[in-house]
Amino acid sequence: MVDLLRAVFVAPFADMAGNPTFLVEVLIGGIAAGLMYSLVALGFVLIFKASSVFNFAQGVMVLFAALTLVGLMEKGAPVPVALVLTVIVMIALAFAIERVVLRPLVNQEHIILFMATIGLNFFLEGFGEMAWGANVKKLDVGIPDTSFLVRGVQINRLELTAALTAAALVTVLAIFFQRTKIGRALRAVADDHEAALSVGIPLKTIWVVVWSVAGIVAIVAGVMWGAKSGVQFSLSLIALKALPVLILGGFTSVPGAIVGGLIIGVGEKLGEVYWGPLVGGAIENWFAYVLALAFLLIRPQGLFGEKIIERV
Amino acid sequence: MMPASALESPLLRVEDITVRFGAVQALTEVSVDVHRGEIVAIIGPNGAGKTTLLNVISGFYHPRSGRIFFQGRDRTQLKPFDVAALGIARTFQNVALFKGMSVLDNIMTGRLLKMRGSFLLDAVYWGPARRQELAHRAAVERVIDFLEIQAIRKTPAGRLPYGLQKRVELARALAAEPQLLLLDEPMAGMNVEEKEDMSRFILDLHDEFGTTIVLIEHDMSVVMDISDRVVVLDYGRKIADGPPEIVRKDQVVMDAYLGVAHG
Repeated sequence: MVDLLRAVFVAPFADMAGNPTFLVEVLIGGIAAGLMYSLVALGFVLIFKASSVFNFAQGVMVLFAALTLVGLMEKGAPVPVALVLTVIVMIALAFAIERVVLRPLVNQEHIILFMATIGLNFFLEGFGEMAWGANVKKLDVGIPDTSFLVRGVQINRLELTAALTAAALVTVLAIFFQRTKIGRALRAVADDHEAALSVGIPLKTIWVVVWSVAGIVAIVAGVMWGAKSGVQFSLSLIALKALPVLILGGFTSVPGAIVGGLIIGVGEKLGEVYWGPLVGGAIENWFAYVLALAFLLIRPQGLFGEKIIERV
Repeated sequence: MMPASALESPLLRVEDITVRFGAVQALTEVSVDVHRGEIVAIIGPNGAGKTTLLNVISGFYHPRSGRIFFQGRDRTQLKPFDVAALGIARTFQNVALFKGMSVLDNIMTGRLLKMRGSFLLDAVYWGPARRQELAHRAAVERVIDFLEIQAIRKTPAGRLPYGLQKRVELARALAAEPQLLLLDEPMAGMNVEEKEDMSRFILDLHDEFGTTIVLIEHDMSVVMDISDRVVVLDYGRKIADGPPEIVRKDQVVMDAYLGVAHG
């Protein structure tokens, strides 16, 4: 019994203190993975904020964006050209979704819109494979997956680039939301549809904008994950990892998505490395979901979500 | 009997509007003219179709038949945001504010339609974007001064007491510098003092900006005090339309509404 307590509560921390360099490496790995989760979660939050639609297809949008990018590169387009074309494809997709899916279903129950995004999910999956093939593809954006040393700490170039890109994207989005006319309109729509209409905000335009932005976020997430593990169907499953991030951070909070992603990324790496051996490993696979479950019990609105107040 | 302004064409003309929700006939062939500079009160028992009429004018509902003219142009089928762009602002019966945003930001949204420019410039807050933001801020501050809500500028709207929320909603509508202001029960749920304040604001803004106002109100003493003309609805039909002192004595109105509700 004492041995067990020691193994759980003392030994891992002794390990951390004993080899700080290794601890820093684990933390960096966790932050890098966390930012990638955040990117996927961010796509969900943007759409949920502006339209209260839980977009089941966000994960497939990541896959679709990566497939399009790789497909275009295989056709011989240089990286910048392929990126611009992919952005155009995702914006066109946003217009199509607004026209074909959202507009006919305006004022319907949330659950109906949710079902519609499940349909969208299957459509994009099939359409992507039809257009670009179902093979696992390698995505080479010209950043080597190698490491360099800073004061004895190994840093992976690809992970570093991904982290910096994610940070830049989040900053740009924050400015966009706080400073611009469209940003103010977006926050207004997220808050109250009726009031937003009455001050002259066209909901349709706003929807196209958020779905476009979510599409661009999906491109960034797709490129980062694709460069790391290849572009393949399983890419769409990272959406599952975004769910606990959303539960932690709150469905309506952009900072929440970032912080939630970091907590889960760092938490699962620390758990895996230091506590993993105790239970035979694989903590990384369930840590996020157990944490999310605990949050649902204690603080269902998440760290930054709006407090759920119900009038009775 | 007719006011002098009746000689020119009305600012708003509602012509034989019929609205139906399934089997319920919410409005039946209702016609109302609103002239520039008037304060028109719409009264009637609960379920008479008052809010429906306001929702039709502001584009939230579209009538099954009939037409609506604003400044002489037919705009029966316009959407709410197009209506707002024409210069019609409104408030709601159950306050529709952006609860998470500050009072200042709420009122700023009232000016969204007047803002121009690219969001790239906005984002760097440079040059024209900066001048524009400052100009709009100045306009918003005038509204804030006018409605005496300086002290709550930075407070999230959702935290304010109900009476103040109503006032902020009026401020947001005013910030759009509307031609026509639609107020859905601006004094509902207020105490006597708050009602007096609100009446004063409505009369003041009417004097100062010459805004034409259509309002729904239940408090008969307020209606008699501030309105130039009263339109009475009952079961979706217009049963009276005229100056308050005439409408008050109308036998049909007394039977339908005043007589029953107020003894």
